[in-house]
Amino acid sequence: MEAIIEVSELHKRFGAAVALDGMTFTAGPGLVTGFVGPNGAGKSTTMRVILGLDRPDSGTALVGGRPYASLRNPLTHLGALIDPGALQPGRSGRNHLLWLAQSQGLGAKRVDEVLDLTAMRPVARRRAGGYSLGMRQRLGIAAALLGDPPVLMLDEPFNGLDPEGIVWMRGLLRSLAAEGRAVLVSSHLMSELQDVAGHVVLVGAGTVVESSSTADLTGRYGSLEAAYLELTRGTGVLR
Amino acid sequence: MIRAELTKFRSVRAWVAGIAVAFLAIVGLGLLGASGIQQDCMGRPCPPTPTGPGGEAVDDHFSYVHQTLDGDGELTAHVAAFTGIITYPPPNHDTIVNGLVPWAKAGIMVKDGTKEGATYAAVMLTGEHGVRLQHDFTEDKAGPANASWLRLARAGDTITAYASADGAAWSTVGTATLKDLPKPVDIGLFVASPQNVTSVASPRGGSLVQARFTQATAVFDSVDRTGKWAFTEVGDNGMQTDWEKNDQPAGFTQDQGRITVSGSGDIAPAAQEGGPTIAFTLTGMIVALMAVIIVAVLFITGEYRRGLIRTTFAAMPGRGRVLTAKAAVIGAITFVCGLIGAAIIVPLGAHVVRSNHVNLLPTSAGTQIRVIVGAALLLSLAAIFAYAVGAALRRGVLAIALAVVLLVLPYLLATTSLLPTAAGQWLLRLTPAAGFAFQQVLPAYHQVAKPYTPADGYYPLAPWAGLAVLAAWGAAMLGLAVLRARRSDA
Repeated sequence: MEAIIEVSELHKRFGAAVALDGMTFTAGPGLVTGFVGPNGAGKSTTMRVILGLDRPDSGTALVGGRPYASLRNPLTHLGALIDPGALQPGRSGRNHLLWLAQSQGLGAKRVDEVLDLTAMRPVARRRAGGYSLGMRQRLGIAAALLGDPPVLMLDEPFNGLDPEGIVWMRGLLRSLAAEGRAVLVSSHLMSELQDVAGHVVLVGAGTVVESSSTADLTGRYGSLEAAYLELTRGTGVLR
Repeated sequence: MIRAELTKFRSVRAWVAGIAVAFLAIVGLGLLGASGIQQDCMGRPCPPTPTGPGGEAVDDHFSYVHQTLDGDGELTAHVAAFTGIITYPPPNHDTIVNGLVPWAKAGIMVKDGTKEGATYAAVMLTGEHGVRLQHDFTEDKAGPANASWLRLARAGDTITAYASADGAAWSTVGTATLKDLPKPVDIGLFVASPQNVTSVASPRGGSLVQARFTQATAVFDSVDRTGKWAFTEVGDNGMQTDWEKNDQPAGFTQDQGRITVSGSGDIAPAAQEGGPTIAFTLTGMIVALMAVIIVAVLFITGEYRRGLIRTTFAAMPGRGRVLTAKAAVIGAITFVCGLIGAAIIVPLGAHVVRSNHVNLLPTSAGTQIRVIVGAALLLSLAAIFAYAVGAALRRGVLAIALAVVLLVLPYLLATTSLLPTAAGQWLLRLTPAAGFAFQQVLPAYHQVAKPYTPADGYYPLAPWAGLAVLAAWGAAMLGLAVLRARRSDA
């Protein structure tokens, strides 16, 4: 399967509020694609549409050329971190990964591998209810990596990480892209993205405002942060 | 998918504990309930309840005027008069009135001796149900409505009953086969008169059941067997009512060709007045159901509450299949819990009841297995139903409340006689509580006039039909949940 996310002309309304208004972009292989924009710009909705969780009113979202819902063992095609807090508090992190692995026909061995990869092994058998935000974030990353997918989609992966964790995450994102995977990362931390993202998709009010290489944007505006502030001015409506 | 959902279930300690609670409730409360059953007859252990040829507990009490029949033969008699009394019936309950209860019996009987429960066949006139051929307590066949001449013929194991309106033109009522009937048997005239049972709506809700002593007297003439007649009050417990002491004892008189027989009692399968049934060992079911309902609801609403359902649907996009797989997992876990629990408590509870010198009504192996499997199915289908309510509503407390209101509450209302009987029966037909019908151990017999109410352990639906109603509720709820999951954003 080709490592690519293709979002095309997505429209979606929640009642009177327009969430997606022609969202179109591509996240290609071997690249970390930054997905940035103000709150309410439609980032999370787009990600949920890509995962087949939300249904768009029109438009398509394809993973490797196919709708997510048609994928067999989807976690082996796309690994996603959407809401790290979505855990059953009484269930251990390891068992959380175990059921996910079993749902994809994977074994417990792969669970231990991703636990090692995310340094979660020491706390894996504890109740997830007692995890810090950083631990939940790492567990979410472990779940995303479980199926060794060619495409990754991470919503705010730097949230709650300590400085050491942020360094680790940066390295991880770089190496995932270097392996030829497509990595779509949404974040509010422009400085973090500037270091790892090769391409940036800037969204506002449900549509793409700017889609350029990071080098191009920093060249034009001095920094990613400056580009963000300039380009999204006026689009950040609180709804 | 099933494996993933199974892992989900067993990795939450509280849910596993809930199932353990259900199991312990079935066994522990069952034992407690069984050891609490007391029974005594005038301060002494009750004599064992007699059983009929089919193994069921029976009531075998009647007046019998009999002689030995060695081999084949027959007896013909004309019932010249059939009268009776009923003591203090409603509405005023202040006088003894003349009259027969609908199933008062007078006629001819062949019986293997006078021991309670011995095999028999009898042709009889009844108070309101015409001529009947009955045998071995459970069997009943209708004959003509207006005959008063009766004949019973024995040929080997086969007993044939005849009836006639005029003593000239005879019709066959039917035949009965009494297995392994010995060559010498008793043949003779009998009278029985069951208690007058009424069930009226109680002013405080439910129904008031009352039973009153009755006695019937039959005058037989044209009796075609000569020889000496003996009298036995079969099943006599030695007690006498004031009526029997002061006015008319059970017995018989012979005046040339006329034989007059008076008697009370019934020849019929025994109901719960004969003792508790094995259903009494399942007292822990309600608590077990509560535990199972809570666990089953939380199994799904916990995912919705924490947004975990998105992770589930992202991993397994077939929403209908996931929700069904989860239902299968919770159904299978609770079935195993119920099956093991019931398979322990039904025989163990029965043993405890018997060792307390309580007459547990005998139950066939088939019925015991049905009760055990039925208990497991009730628990399992109730769990699936509750889970499906949770999946449809996505709100834990609301779903638990609704499942209890639909499943447990109707059962409690109907069986504790808080409601009029008919209303209770409708609840047990239509609501998920219909599943409780598997608990009925004793069949209802049309030829035995008793109030067959849920409070007495009689359900309006057959065991499997009741469980099917519960299953239909579960399936409908699951369908609703799947529809909602497919239509809406996760």
